Amino acid sequence: MTILRELLQSFLTFLERVGLLARFALQLLVITPAGLLRVRPIIEQVYNTGALSLVIIMTCGLFVGMVLGLQGYDLLTRFGSEEYLGTATAISLLRELGPVVTALLFAGRAGTALAAELGLMRATDQIAAMEIMAVDPMRRVVLPRFLGGVIAMPLLVAIFVVVALFGAQLVGVEFFGVDSGSFWSQMRSSVELSDVREGLLKGVVFGIACSLIAVYEGYTALPTAEGVGRATTRTVVISAVVTLILDYILTALML
Amino acid sequence: MRSTRTIDISTGLFVLLGFAAILFMVTQITNREFSLTSDSYRLKALFENIGGLKPGAPVSMAGVTVGRIEDISYDMNLLKAVVTLRIDGRYNAIPNDSDASIFTAGLLGGQYVALTPGGSEEAFKNGDQVEFVQDAVVLENLISKYLFDSAAKKSGAAAAPAPAPAAQE
Repeated sequence: MTILRELLQSFLTFLERVGLLARFALQLLVITPAGLLRVRPIIEQVYNTGALSLVIIMTCGLFVGMVLGLQGYDLLTRFGSEEYLGTATAISLLRELGPVVTALLFAGRAGTALAAELGLMRATDQIAAMEIMAVDPMRRVVLPRFLGGVIAMPLLVAIFVVVALFGAQLVGVEFFGVDSGSFWSQMRSSVELSDVREGLLKGVVFGIACSLIAVYEGYTALPTAEGVGRATTRTVVISAVVTLILDYILTALML
Repeated sequence: MRSTRTIDISTGLFVLLGFAAILFMVTQITNREFSLTSDSYRLKALFENIGGLKPGAPVSMAGVTVGRIEDISYDMNLLKAVVTLRIDGRYNAIPNDSDASIFTAGLLGGQYVALTPGGSEEAFKNGDQVEFVQDAVVLENLISKYLFDSAAKKSGAAAAPAPAPAAQE
């Protein structure tokens, strides 16, 4: 019986968290139009989440592309069709790997930073102080961070994909000697504009999801050292799970 | 906190890089060399069998893409497939007795419609029908025909004096 009750209890807690998150998202949505007018803090957050993530995104993109080049070349030579390497890497990167890997890296690099920062602000009573001074912390602190993440994410996806393509080209063309003309021309003839659109749309959706989870977990963290640590961990775990579930739903919708 | 100028410059660099990447994706790795202009016109062609032809497949003349397949439907009265070709307005002097054939690009490639110009003085107009068509070649039909023919030849050789079985079709 106790096990059943605990299960029920944890299920109710889960429902409560989903409800709170939805309410938090609605609150953010309502103040977004006004928040967009205050450009200065958004720029700062695009710098924090986007520009500071550039190095890790580009490094990982390069290696993801290189490994796609290796695996793709090995697989395609078995069918004697290595000139399709460009097509295979471009489509898999644009549709899946680009947005998903970028979102996971984004959650690890930028999401944790956001959650830890907000959690520490909560723990050191900075948020309470703002409320006392009649400054709305949602507008002042949470919203610019959320918007910065949403703006930065699709751009990061695009950079990731392009760097990865050059990584694949490096391995396929420079190391293995796939003809560079057929690598690019096969890619060009079979990649549709809708593939690019799908990738960027996924980037936007994942950006919204990951930023929302990060700011929510940070903002509602327990004001203790342990609470901040737990908020950071939860950010990464929940972002990763939500990204992968959303990825399946979006792919099923757009195929 | 770093100075605002540094932040601005790196943010600008990041945003520029992002948009450059998007531009690269849109122009360099997608199929954009052919987009229909607004003054394109439509032709219809009736086929007995279109094989694996799909909407969006290219229409080419002498290997140059001049249009796309816009729509494929089945006409219940004529019992034929109706293929709507959308031809770019630049190619407005295609003789109206040209013929349309369905070919396959390469071994694994998709199918496309090739227009071969005829000798007529008049050009196709919007809504015209292509009179001369050649259906898609279905590989299974070819193979079964080949097998059937060779089997018929063998049995014909065995029964030498007897009249060969009537040729098919």
